[in-house]
Amino acid sequence: MGFFDRLKEGLEKTRKGITERIDKVLVSFGKIDDELFEELEEILVTSDIGIDTSMKIIEDLKKKVRENKVIHPADVKDLLKEELVHVMEGECRLNIGTSPSVIIVIGVNGVGKTTSIGKIANLLKQSGKKVIVAAGDTFRAAAIDQLEVWANRVGVDLIKHSEGSDPAAVIYDAVQAAKARKADVLICDTAGRLHTKKNLMEELKKVSKVIDRELPGASRETLLVLDATTGQNAIAQAKTFNESSDITGIILTKLDGTAKGGVIIAVKSELKIPVKLVGVGEKMEDLQEFNAREFIEALFD
Amino acid sequence: MVFEGLSAKLQETMKKIRGQGRVTEKDVKEMMREIKLALLEADVNFKVVKDFINKVSERAVGQDVLESLTPGQQVVKIVNEELIELMGKTQSKITFAPNPPTVLMMVGLQGSGKTTTSGKLANLLRKQGKNPLLVACDVYRPAAIKQLQVVGDQLNVPVFSMGDKVNPVDIAKAALEHARAKLHDLVIIDTAGRLHINEELMEELSRIKSAVKPHEILLVVDSMTGQDAVNVAESFNEKLGIDGIILTKLDGDTRGGAALSVRTVTGKPIKYVGMGEKLSDLEPFFPDRMASRILGMGDVLSLIEKAQESFDEKKAMELEKKMRSQQFTLEDFLDQMQQVKKMGPLNQVLGMIPGMNNKALKNVEVDEKKMVHVEAIIRSMTRQERMEPSIINANRKKRIAAGSGTTIQDVNRLLKEFEEMKKLFKMMSDMGRHRGKGLGKFKMPF
Ligand SMILES: Nc1nc2c(ncn2[C@@H]2O[C@H](COP(=O)(O)OP(=O)(O)OP(=O)(O)O)[C@@H](O)[C@H]2O)c(=O)[nH]1
Ligand SMILES: [Mg+2]
Repeated sequence: MGFFDRLKEGLEKTRKGITERIDKVLVSFGKIDDELFEELEEILVTSDIGIDTSMKIIEDLKKKVRENKVIHPADVKDLLKEELVHVMEGECRLNIGTSPSVIIVIGVNGVGKTTSIGKIANLLKQSGKKVIVAAGDTFRAAAIDQLEVWANRVGVDLIKHSEGSDPAAVIYDAVQAAKARKADVLICDTAGRLHTKKNLMEELKKVSKVIDRELPGASRETLLVLDATTGQNAIAQAKTFNESSDITGIILTKLDGTAKGGVIIAVKSELKIPVKLVGVGEKMEDLQEFNAREFIEALFD
Repeated sequence: MVFEGLSAKLQETMKKIRGQGRVTEKDVKEMMREIKLALLEADVNFKVVKDFINKVSERAVGQDVLESLTPGQQVVKIVNEELIELMGKTQSKITFAPNPPTVLMMVGLQGSGKTTTSGKLANLLRKQGKNPLLVACDVYRPAAIKQLQVVGDQLNVPVFSMGDKVNPVDIAKAALEHARAKLHDLVIIDTAGRLHINEELMEELSRIKSAVKPHEILLVVDSMTGQDAVNVAESFNEKLGIDGIILTKLDGDTRGGAALSVRTVTGKPIKYVGMGEKLSDLEPFFPDRMASRILGMGDVLSLIEKAQESFDEKKAMELEKKMRSQQFTLEDFLDQMQQVKKMGPLNQVLGMIPGMNNKALKNVEVDEKKMVHVEAIIRSMTRQERMEPSIINANRKKRIAAGSGTTIQDVNRLLKEFEEMKKLFKMMSDMGRHRGKGLGKFKMPF
């Protein structure tokens, strides 16, 4: 199965939800009027795009409809699509040019960090890279064991300390191991933390500093995991994590549910951080590269 | 902050209304729009918001608001009351089976916090005299069983597990037998997270339910959930018939609109809220706090009410006039300090001011001892000095300091800070008419 097909399959539910409703709206409206825009706005809002962003998008859309002298309601959909593609476009390839390079995965509790690491490790290993994963979550009960199961499943090395130890020390050891074993990519798990906890955000900086010091010049990805079920708080999460950790990309997980994950549109338009990967299930293969046009096309197919 | 948006917008609307001297239905509609936006921004589900606004509008266009001199305040009050009403006026706790063991079954989406919450519940209910058994039925997520075991170890609560090769239904059944044999009067079953649309796994939960007949099925919901909360709650409730909801991760800064959504679509009470990662961080649910949180405005209503209760209307109006004309004196200040004291401990009062969350409060030093000092200093002044602080020269200062048991520096500081105090108290007495944006950079004189 090709990449686009897989992506489409993964997005099936999201797509169905939104497009069916949009089509229904467009068919039932003979002309372009305020009511049409209101209905479109409702669809955006119920996809978690957020009322502010939705209103902005609809304002833009109205302007474009006027400028382009659009008269058919169905053409409005194409314009909306273009708007959204425009917002979501961005570089989605992982920046892992050097060997070793480092990927740090961060996010609030339970969003899917550890699972995503298992999936990324698998993806990279499949493409011929030597991967090491680091059990940087030394806090949550059995978090280390969880990553260990994934490491065994995928068949990559794991660097771990015992529960309760200093995460920065684990990462230090993992960096040394990555150098010594000539690994291509080191992927670091971190404990889930709410972005409002200052000292835990500081802890992340410490981890980052270890990598700066031990691997200067190495390619680095700091990936924030956002759960598609999350509402507007995802914006605060992205903002705060970005302040302390310079996020380079987002992984949007749990898109296999009924949640639309629309809040990433707000995140992207505000923070310009690209979505790089999407999670569409709990299995090793349930990870896909994100492509803005395909994402939006799939929504409106 | 969203609150400031809502507050500013409502103020805007109210200003217009004031100019007209009378509220029209259109004005109310305008205010409803602002409230609708605020609720949506707080992640309350779109449909739930719509129904809610319709209901509130009905009440609002009634005479309550139209006749009121402070329509904005009235609207907020109605909204708040309806929110509390919707979320359940009384607190709901776990109920126990007449014939032990009581079986609790934890269900929910992946990552919502079931395992941690199971541990927290065991901890909490043990304090109430129960002898809990934790049951590891998540055979899917890597190391989920180990996680529960670690949690159990930390609490010193036994964990029943049969590894991950046994069917969860059989594990649950065996656990119940084990509990009976070991005289556990409480069994908490941790199940694997699953999507509400995964029929196979939802069916598994039904089978666990039939097998062990749980006394309560508790849906664990991440408080950061967005619009989808209604679908999740509806599906779990339809399939299993849940008995209550536990909201997790409320120690973050989410507005938590999902609380209103899940409560509305299921009609089931929210019983507890998770407030942190520690196993002691489980608290009862307070509908009024949640309402304020969703609206993003502290306990503004209780503050309005408290202020109304304890402020003498006429006096307050006099004061307001004085402050406007800059005639506010230390005499008035002393008077008002008594009023404020009647409202309760100062940090409690401050905590109720919109925009003043706990974080902001930490930057404001409220020293009630210092307040006593301030009072003593003013009491040591002559009436004339209180009315006209400018006459207080070095000699007078010396006398006042001696009389109040303080130092000249203390007296100086008080006088210097008096100007700023004016602003603060003006804001407090204006509460509701011009709802303030919190104390911001105000330095508290006490
Ligand atoms: N349906 C679905 N479930 C997912 C996806 N990604 C992760 N999960 C599940 O979500 C749950 C939490 O995932 P974890 O990987 O443990 O999340 P985490 O962010 O590492 O959690 P903490 O370390 O506890 O903060 C697990 O049950 C995963 O199987 C996804 O894309 N779809
Ligand atoms: Mg993890």
